[in-house]
Amino acid sequence: MAKVLMKGNEALAESAMRAGCRFFSGYPITPQSEILEYMSWRMPEYNGECIQTESEVAGINMLFGAAAAGARALTTSSGPGFSLKQEGISYLAADDIPAVIVDVMRIGSGLGDVFQGQGDYWQLTRGGGHGDYRTVVFAPAGVQENADIAYAAFDVAEKYRHPVIIASDAAIGQMAEAVELPERKEHDIGTGGWELKSRKNGEEQRHIVNVYYHMGADRYPTFLLDKYRRMTAEQQRWECLRTADAEIILVAYGISSRVCKQAVKDGRAEGLKLGLIRPITLWPFPSRAFEKSGPQVKGFLSVEMNILGQMTDDIILATGGRYPVKYYGEFANVPDAGVCVERAEAFLREIRGKI
Amino acid sequence: MTLRKPCTIKDVHTGWCQGCGHGIVVRCIAEAAEQLGVSDRIVAVMDVACGAFIESTVTYNYLGAAHGRPIIAAAGVKRVLKDDVVIAHAGDGSAYAIGIESTIHAALRNENILALVVNNCVFGMTGGQMSPTSIIGQRTTSSPSGRSAVRDGSPFDVVKTLRHFDIAYLSRGSVDSPQEVERTQSMIKKALQKQLDKEGFCLVEVLSPCPTNWGTTPLNSLKKLREEIKPLFPVGEYIDKGGQPV
Amino acid sequence: MEKIKTNLARCKGCFYCVAFCPKKAITPSKTGGTNGYPTVRVDVEKCSKCGNCYRICPDFVFEL
Repeated sequence: MAKVLMKGNEALAESAMRAGCRFFSGYPITPQSEILEYMSWRMPEYNGECIQTESEVAGINMLFGAAAAGARALTTSSGPGFSLKQEGISYLAADDIPAVIVDVMRIGSGLGDVFQGQGDYWQLTRGGGHGDYRTVVFAPAGVQENADIAYAAFDVAEKYRHPVIIASDAAIGQMAEAVELPERKEHDIGTGGWELKSRKNGEEQRHIVNVYYHMGADRYPTFLLDKYRRMTAEQQRWECLRTADAEIILVAYGISSRVCKQAVKDGRAEGLKLGLIRPITLWPFPSRAFEKSGPQVKGFLSVEMNILGQMTDDIILATGGRYPVKYYGEFANVPDAGVCVERAEAFLREIRGKI
Repeated sequence: MTLRKPCTIKDVHTGWCQGCGHGIVVRCIAEAAEQLGVSDRIVAVMDVACGAFIESTVTYNYLGAAHGRPIIAAAGVKRVLKDDVVIAHAGDGSAYAIGIESTIHAALRNENILALVVNNCVFGMTGGQMSPTSIIGQRTTSSPSGRSAVRDGSPFDVVKTLRHFDIAYLSRGSVDSPQEVERTQSMIKKALQKQLDKEGFCLVEVLSPCPTNWGTTPLNSLKKLREEIKPLFPVGEYIDKGGQPV
Repeated sequence: MEKIKTNLARCKGCFYCVAFCPKKAITPSKTGGTNGYPTVRVDVEKCSKCGNCYRICPDFVFEL
């Protein structure tokens, strides 16, 4: 199929509909609004439902109903609005309802600002809402991957009957790139055998509530642990670049990872052995990518668009604390490849100095 | 005429307190559906509070929404299950406090669902705190000296709020006597018929006693409902058909 | 003509039926019902089958 030029947000929306998404409920917020706008004219062409709700809270809870009824359902937001959706995401997780939620990340706490950011990492990967859950979190690094992941996310959500989150950011959402869109497919809403519908004669009663209510406190922990064990084992996704002989491995996802690819190239041109691990899933964190690190690795440098270096915790956990871990955090700007190289160089000097 | 528990009500000792009106309301819904021949098309969306006891009471399928979200979740369900009869079962705290934005906007969009609001003027499940519809002077666990208009605002009246909306149906019933129950049942039946006719949003509020949290006996609670609450929240049909106020 | 039937296992003794029975056919029972709740007794002969008890009962006790 021929490539088309599309904005990241629009490619995500189109691809979700091609995956069979026929329900969208959302609320405007920069830098996510193009998804709502695109859905508003395009969804009717797919005979689906696109509703601009009164709030993000309504968006997630309307999705809750539609997804419970078996529709492939999507809601999208950014930062502040994504925070408002957390209670609903907790309910989706507790009730075993598959759905896809997108956070087109912007910077900062509170209102923050509309620029690209990666400051929702903790919220995304630790569960975000109340209770005892996590969700699979995908981090696309470009328009094509936005489309590919949006297409695949519904399958993952349905496989585990669990909400799936796609975490892009303002840069990926707003930039236009050539993209090859997937084939359109339809999703049959009744095939899971669990979906909410009216009860016909002779059928078992279906009730979609907190799974624990009907499973009981004895069986629920085993059920839940098994679900998370399967997700952790099966969903770790990542990309490695020149890690085999790297002394400093950059760790970055999303738009930051693209800068890091340039940094690896530039650093190596100067004789600095850099590599890159790019998590494609933020949860489960791709620990397996780190297990392969050879003895030549001196340290890991996380490159992120936040001030506190949120991903460093996970790198330390993934490496079992065996390596020094530092971070280069940018706020309001995309990280700079030159600065990445400088920081990596300084980091290496520091490590060698200690030895 | 035979009067018998509808087949969609289980043969159980319900979870509601002695004298609670919820059981009457649920029976009215089940009867209305049975009379319309749509018992096998009901999908209920319930709240987390006292209304959630329909879980152990009814045989039809249901979804447990978050607190305050049964109306918006039901709208989501209906957008997918267009041929099913979708009922959001909420209380006054759910529909008029935490969920008021969705009540208003579901009405604005004329979502084709029945919002059934059991109004007992109190947060029942959490132990009897003041709700938007608690009446002036009503002593609750969070208004121990009685609701004050100055401090707490006036009681919320859904009819005043929605009566000029372009919705299919707006009515208020009560369960304080067999005659009022009969009338309430016919309101619910009418609302379900409107959903079948794709007329749009129907809201039926039902005034209902909460003896436990009103701190009185069931019989006294019915008296209080009739003499103190009904005069403030008059029963009747306020919008009927095509959004034209009657 | 069939007579009024009751399923007192469902009764919680709110006595709404007692208050609304025009024939005073329903009275509080001295024996307890399910889960420690009080219950009612029905004098079937006095019943006029008006349906008031069925309509006002929150616990689906009556059938007539």
